[in-house]
Amino acid sequence: MNGPQDLGGQMGFGPVAPERDEPYFHAAWERRALGVTLCAGSMGAWNIDESRHARESLHPADYYSSSYYQIWIKALETLLKRHGFVSERDLKAGEAIDAAATPKRVLKAENVPAVLAKGGPCDRPMAEPARFKAGDPVRTKNFNPTGHTRLPRYARGKRGTIEAVRDGFVFPDSNAHGQGENPQWVYTVAFDGTEIWGEGADPTLTVSIDAWESYLEPA
Amino acid sequence: MSHDHDHDNELDPFAARVRALETILSRKGLIDPAAIDVIVDTYETKIGPRNGARVVAKAWSDPAYADWLKRDATAAIESLSYTGRQGEHMQAVFNTGDTHNLVVCTLCSCYPWSVLGLPPVWYKAPPYRSRAVIDPRGVLAEFGLTLPATTRIRVWDSTAELRYLVVPMRPEGTEGWSEEQLAALVSRDAMIGTALAQEPQQAGEPA
Repeated sequence: MNGPQDLGGQMGFGPVAPERDEPYFHAAWERRALGVTLCAGSMGAWNIDESRHARESLHPADYYSSSYYQIWIKALETLLKRHGFVSERDLKAGEAIDAAATPKRVLKAENVPAVLAKGGPCDRPMAEPARFKAGDPVRTKNFNPTGHTRLPRYARGKRGTIEAVRDGFVFPDSNAHGQGENPQWVYTVAFDGTEIWGEGADPTLTVSIDAWESYLEPA
Repeated sequence: MSHDHDHDNELDPFAARVRALETILSRKGLIDPAAIDVIVDTYETKIGPRNGARVVAKAWSDPAYADWLKRDATAAIESLSYTGRQGEHMQAVFNTGDTHNLVVCTLCSCYPWSVLGLPPVWYKAPPYRSRAVIDPRGVLAEFGLTLPATTRIRVWDSTAELRYLVVPMRPEGTEGWSEEQLAALVSRDAMIGTALAQEPQQAGEPA
């Protein structure tokens, strides 16, 4: 979706303002927000793509005025309601009132190190060979899907070169919507800065994205 | 801004909102609050940019390791036992005399947690995510880094599940340094691409 998350090339947000000796957390609640989000995710009711889509589905005014952990928590409330773990009544009251759906699993403290160390690999074996090879000229599709996608707007309809064939990976555009993993080959595609930004672009700039095969056509 | 992070302001509505959510979920038996403590402790004290710095220092010291890191970063990094969440599929990109690498996630905040830890606020915020791909030199200038006009800038937008680690160039004057000494020259920002490795004179004489 052409949502607030798709930031590449947007203007007006001001300087980057890196903080010297920045702490990992800026308030105690941010620690709990990280932990609650990871624990809730480990219930197994949704995947990372659905979770990203919940975040980018916040109203743009809400997204841009929220810190990243605030975005996480707002999206988490949506996911918990969607999957029947909390109700609007629970949230309004700040108490557990309604019965919850049964999770696939509950992450216990003693299992945390193993679960974090394992992560969630999303490469998948591919039956079909890759359509493109390194060096192939390609053009990204021009589309504007209303659902989740990982092809940023600035890189749509652009001519680039396959720099590397990666692996088969779960396709987020379907996986975010409960429509299956449908793995596809992923490629690193490099674009000249001038192809993307046109007049006035930095002539020394090359930008690459990692693109699923269905985002690409031969050029 | 206060740097006392141990206690929230009781009047902060967002702190109350997160506390309520945690209470609801634990009362329903859906989460274990002790698991949250372990997660927080892991990312606050165990996993951070020292992991990545050790990878870089080893690559500087050992050409065979550098070659492995180039070909199969996931396996080369796993050999140092840095694995896990948001580091499952790694790529290492090497700065050279004529190319500088910079990593961004314009669509969310993808970041190699297993080697760099949790991302800083600026990496997740709109100014960096919007400008890194269109005005990287302007962004680098805000970090105090001005590169020669002829240096090629390569920006990696991590739009899929690959996570990128920048391997900066080894500074001059570090011949014979141990990996531990070299790792002290490698900052988090150098491995994102918003800084270079520190020069030995900046870092002081090795211990």
